[in-house]
Amino acid sequence: MMQALQRMLWPKLARQLLGRPVTDPAPAVSAEVVAQLAARLEEGAQARLGRSLAIRQVDAGSCNACELEINALGNIVYDLERFGLRFVASPRHADVLLVTGPLTRNMKEALLRTRECTPEPCWVVAVGGCAVDGGLFKDSYGVEGGVSAALPVDLVIPGCPPTPTQLLEGLLALLEAQAPPRRDGAA
Amino acid sequence: MSALDLLRTGSPQECRPVPRMLLTRPQWGALAEALVADTGPELMALWADPASVYLLLREGATLHLVSCPAPDGRYPALSPARPGAVRFERMIRDLWGHVAEGAVDLRPWLDHGRWPVAAPLAAKPEANGAAVPQPEFLTVEGEGVHQIPVGPVHAGIIEPGHFRFHVQGETVVRLEQRLGYVHKGHIGLMLGKPAQVAATLIARLSGDSTVAHGWAFAQAVEQALEVSPSPRATALRAVMAELERLHNHLNDWGFVCNDAAFAWPHAQCGALREGVLRTCAAAFGHRLMMDRVVPGGVAADLAPEGTAAILAALDAVEAAMPGLLAVYEGHASLQDRVVGTGRVAPELAARFAAGGHVGRAAGRGFDARAALPYPPYDALPPEVPVLAEGDVDARVRIRIAEIGESLRLLRALLADLPEGAVQVPLPRRGGEGIGVVEGFRGDCLHWVALDEAGLVRAAFPRDPSWLQWPLLEAAIEGNIVADFPLCNKSFNCSYSGVDL
Ligand code: SF4
Repeated sequence: MMQALQRMLWPKLARQLLGRPVTDPAPAVSAEVVAQLAARLEEGAQARLGRSLAIRQVDAGSCNACELEINALGNIVYDLERFGLRFVASPRHADVLLVTGPLTRNMKEALLRTRECTPEPCWVVAVGGCAVDGGLFKDSYGVEGGVSAALPVDLVIPGCPPTPTQLLEGLLALLEAQAPPRRDGAA
Repeated sequence: MSALDLLRTGSPQECRPVPRMLLTRPQWGALAEALVADTGPELMALWADPASVYLLLREGATLHLVSCPAPDGRYPALSPARPGAVRFERMIRDLWGHVAEGAVDLRPWLDHGRWPVAAPLAAKPEANGAAVPQPEFLTVEGEGVHQIPVGPVHAGIIEPGHFRFHVQGETVVRLEQRLGYVHKGHIGLMLGKPAQVAATLIARLSGDSTVAHGWAFAQAVEQALEVSPSPRATALRAVMAELERLHNHLNDWGFVCNDAAFAWPHAQCGALREGVLRTCAAAFGHRLMMDRVVPGGVAADLAPEGTAAILAALDAVEAAMPGLLAVYEGHASLQDRVVGTGRVAPELAARFAAGGHVGRAAGRGFDARAALPYPPYDALPPEVPVLAEGDVDARVRIRIAEIGESLRLLRALLADLPEGAVQVPLPRRGGEGIGVVEGFRGDCLHWVALDEAGLVRAAFPRDPSWLQWPLLEAAIEGNIVADFPLCNKSFNCSYSGVDL
């Protein structure tokens, strides 16, 4: 009997429903980054996407540590989805391309094709030192030297790898920038 | 003559911990032939530099390193004797231009025809002006067979690679992998750099194994220069390596369950792993402990509150394990997906010398910490779990057993941390060395040659995935396409680690 109870998921789920939440509070967002992104949005006369963003991650030559931290965003401690941010399986469903790696020559075409499949408006975010400018790999024959070698980049999130909190700050800034301007004039 | 007798006929060159036996081409050819009948020695790695090819074999607790000059860019192939040699031979041709004569497969591997040069690591690389060729895949014949191309960009947040499935109905008849998409040119960037700079590149060979690769490279450099890290540095390296094993095994366990559409263990493992990563940041200043292992020791000492933080994280993992295990074992819908799925036959694991959970779940009980012991594991040997089933479930269970073992090792290490400095200076001189460290994925193996100024003259980092990826092709045969993500996750091979 005890053993059967131990194997059941319900008591465990109930315990967690009654316990203290494990999810962290949201990090603060940099007003400066939001302002820059909002300006970019105006400039491009892009349609606003509303209070939720679908993200397609593209590894363009990462060492896989950036992916580990991006994946960690989905765990219950960061709980990305509570902000209206979610990862999608197809670029055709995406508002954001989250690109890591120094952009290897062997991935350039795949990245460009992924961008072609992504509907407008689309934000391109370069994640990690590699994606920003090629990082440690910038002088190699095998890399293009950062995402901007192939695509215009809207936001960079540096770090090697950036922590989930840093990633979240960047993504929340994107959300903020898209929020419709408030009528009452309050910032 | 046995293969080992043959390689003893070479002339020994200085390399540590084992000398390198320099063979003539006829001797290398005889060795390649002898290895066909003599199945004892395992092929651990095969690589090159502009002038020679190198082969690392293992028999029992001994490594055997041999090399052979290839002045005309040719050498006798080893792939007819050891299937694990196939991808190495293709890689050698792509990077250095040396052709394996009599090779089983000579199609390009890392070189997709998109680099500005051909054979970029050769003495004189040639400009590449040719159009990008279409990749050639192996074919399948039979009624109703069709192809499913997947990747390089995958649906999940994973590394890029192309999988070409031939299927009949729902059943996979053949899977062929095409990798190389994340080739960054690691080896080329390391050349001519001081060991400390090369170490930062190695820390980014496969980010999830940054500690294990960093440690194995540091070992190779320390062997080459005949220096020994302090006992404290050695113990701290092991603490970091076990924490790395712990967070990756938790991650993989959760993801395997998630790929079987069972979200609860994934959520639990994710939270536990996050606790471990935060502890790593508190104890060592970086969540993944990147750049913390350096040639000569470790970059910085354990933070004063580090021990207590690590012990608390271990307690949290230990407390959650029985409940997690009960749920994993107790749900038929989950067991139905993992038991019997993606089987690797023990004979195949042995022939490929596959390490890590892939090998140990299929009867190959090799763990570098026990089989080729290095400090501090020589005094603190791990229990090595081995299973024979070779399926997804067995690979998960090996991880579960190793989580428990890592908890034990970590507590033992922290209870008895030696005092002292954490770094020794490196002399500026030449040398050649090998390092092997058991990472969470398997044995990380590094060879390095330093010139008289202490700069890297040649190097080869061998991620364990080299000898595991080919087995995934075999494991999926006869399974349904829908089980591929599950099989793939249960292997969790590194792309970056083998794409170099
Ligand atoms: S930025 Fe750092 S962590 Fe991210 S892919 Fe590059 S080397 Fe890896």
